[in-house]
Amino acid sequence: MKEEELVGTRDAYGKALLELGRDNKQVVVLDSDVSESTRTKWFAKEFPDRFFNMGIAEANMMGVASGLATCGKIPFASSFCEFGTSRCYEQIKLSICWARQNVKIVVSHAGITVGEDGASHQAIDDIALMRGLPNMTVLVPCDAIETKKAVFAAATTDGPFYIRLARAKFPLILKDDYQFKIGKGVVLREGKEATIIACGLMVKQALLAHDTLSREGISVMVINMSTVKPIDKDIIIKAAKETGAIVTAEEHTIIGGLGSAVAEVLVESNPVPMKRIGILDRFGISGSPDELLKRFKLTGEDIHNAVLEVIKRK
Amino acid sequence: MEIYELEEKAKEVRRWIIKMLAEAGSGHPGGSLSCVDLITCLYFKVMRHDPKNPKWQDRDRFILSKGHGAPALYACLALTGYFEVERLMTLRKLDSILQGHPDMSFTPGVEMSTGSLGQGLSVATGMAISGKLDKKDYRVYVVLGDGEIQEGQIWEAGMAASHYRLDNLTAFMDYNRFQIDGLIENVIGIEPVVDKWKSFGWEVLEIDGHRIREILDAIDTAKRVKGRPTMIIAHTVKGKGVSFMEGENRFHGVAPTKEERDRALQELT
Ligand SMILES: Cc1ncc(C[n+]2csc(CCOP(=O)(O)OP(=O)(O)O)c2C)c(N)n1
Repeated sequence: MKEEELVGTRDAYGKALLELGRDNKQVVVLDSDVSESTRTKWFAKEFPDRFFNMGIAEANMMGVASGLATCGKIPFASSFCEFGTSRCYEQIKLSICWARQNVKIVVSHAGITVGEDGASHQAIDDIALMRGLPNMTVLVPCDAIETKKAVFAAATTDGPFYIRLARAKFPLILKDDYQFKIGKGVVLREGKEATIIACGLMVKQALLAHDTLSREGISVMVINMSTVKPIDKDIIIKAAKETGAIVTAEEHTIIGGLGSAVAEVLVESNPVPMKRIGILDRFGISGSPDELLKRFKLTGEDIHNAVLEVIKRK
Repeated sequence: MEIYELEEKAKEVRRWIIKMLAEAGSGHPGGSLSCVDLITCLYFKVMRHDPKNPKWQDRDRFILSKGHGAPALYACLALTGYFEVERLMTLRKLDSILQGHPDMSFTPGVEMSTGSLGQGLSVATGMAISGKLDKKDYRVYVVLGDGEIQEGQIWEAGMAASHYRLDNLTAFMDYNRFQIDGLIENVIGIEPVVDKWKSFGWEVLEIDGHRIREILDAIDTAKRVKGRPTMIIAHTVKGKGVSFMEGENRFHGVAPTKEERDRALQELT
């Protein structure tokens, strides 16, 4: 078997910023003392005049980004997922979302795959937080190819955006000619007996579950739901009608994230047996990313078992 | 403990930091090594505490607000007897009591969970207010990073602590001049930092943060100050004690390799 190619979503972000910076002088970048990790350092190197390191002061950074946006700039504000969301939530909520400013928040180091740093650095609630904000678009790309397209889409679409990236490198799932559309889920595998809807890192795990299940003679659909908000209602309802059971998978608490977004659509339109794979209302711990995915039951095997369970409940 | 004994202890703590981080394969050597002398003085000489009774109500409290310096704190806790020294080698591993950043639910002796910068001084302020309320004479100590004080919350706490006249609160700023992205002055400058704290109503002392005598004297002075908290600006060197880590910011968040560990341990004998 060929070694899978692993590419960092944050690397894709760093490269996309360079292209954007060359194309559009209005693009400015802010970071909060983690520019090496978020890869905004690459932009800083090429465009020192349009890069602003705001230091360890995330709340201020979000306010400054808003101010820049009021003057026609297109600010990308970056930090670690934990510190670029909950740490400065109200600044994002009011100065950016309420004020409808064209700020793009792009964070790396999402979820428990941050690993050894432990709970203080593992954002598990950010999708819920960002999803709760009016005017915010929430994107969780599944690989580096989608990341680049998502960053470009955010740059060219007016309004606040949140893009969630990771520390870990992801296997490439999509092809270069993949058409990313904000607000559209994409069917990666067709299937009949259940549907797995996943985002981010968990898309790969969903595909692994799909492969095991198909070896066992069970046909499941897999949907990459990289836009968590606005959620693609049509594709969810269609999948529920066609396959009759849904499993969601996200590297995030099961409260308020992708699973909740899908459940909200289903209960109001077409309820079917459903199960959410995610972090079960607890904080993270230190460990290697792979150990933690196992410990928190976020593997292909866990998705596989959830699919069997929802099919039984049909 | 005499000064030369504290110096030996600090060296021992540094050796553990190197061993733990090399074993863990990740973590923050630079900022752990810069605050070692401060934390060693507190745990081995200054603070009133009982490792066998970590929840003793009258104990002095310590908060490592710059939580990424955890290895320095963990080594002091182990060497004073809060838990077995062998546990240090489990740092950052699955199910270890020693999490990547201090987690009070896992580690005996850790007074507050930290790791997100900027939050410790507020918690210390709460502990100090509570001490006043209960008419207790325990003292509260906190170590801040120099980059960390860029967080606005630090200054909110600074205002509150002087407003409530918390002379039972002593903070250290570990002034090693670096943050992740480089020299503080090139990221977001904090100078004139002494004047800043003074204008916030704090007593401010400036010391060499690696000289045990100066650290102990400053803490003594702080104990005698009435009606306001004390900020000890401790001039330090990031990576202190290991020649190839000193002032070398690459070691902010990169663990030593086995080879680097051996070289470092040789220097620390
Ligand atoms: C709120 C927050 N933002 C960002 C980080 C990531 N981070 C970890 S250490 C560090 C630099 C800390 O600099 P400083 O306080 O000077 O510590 P030192 O140089 O002593 O290690 C940063 C930005 C964090 N832990 N918390």
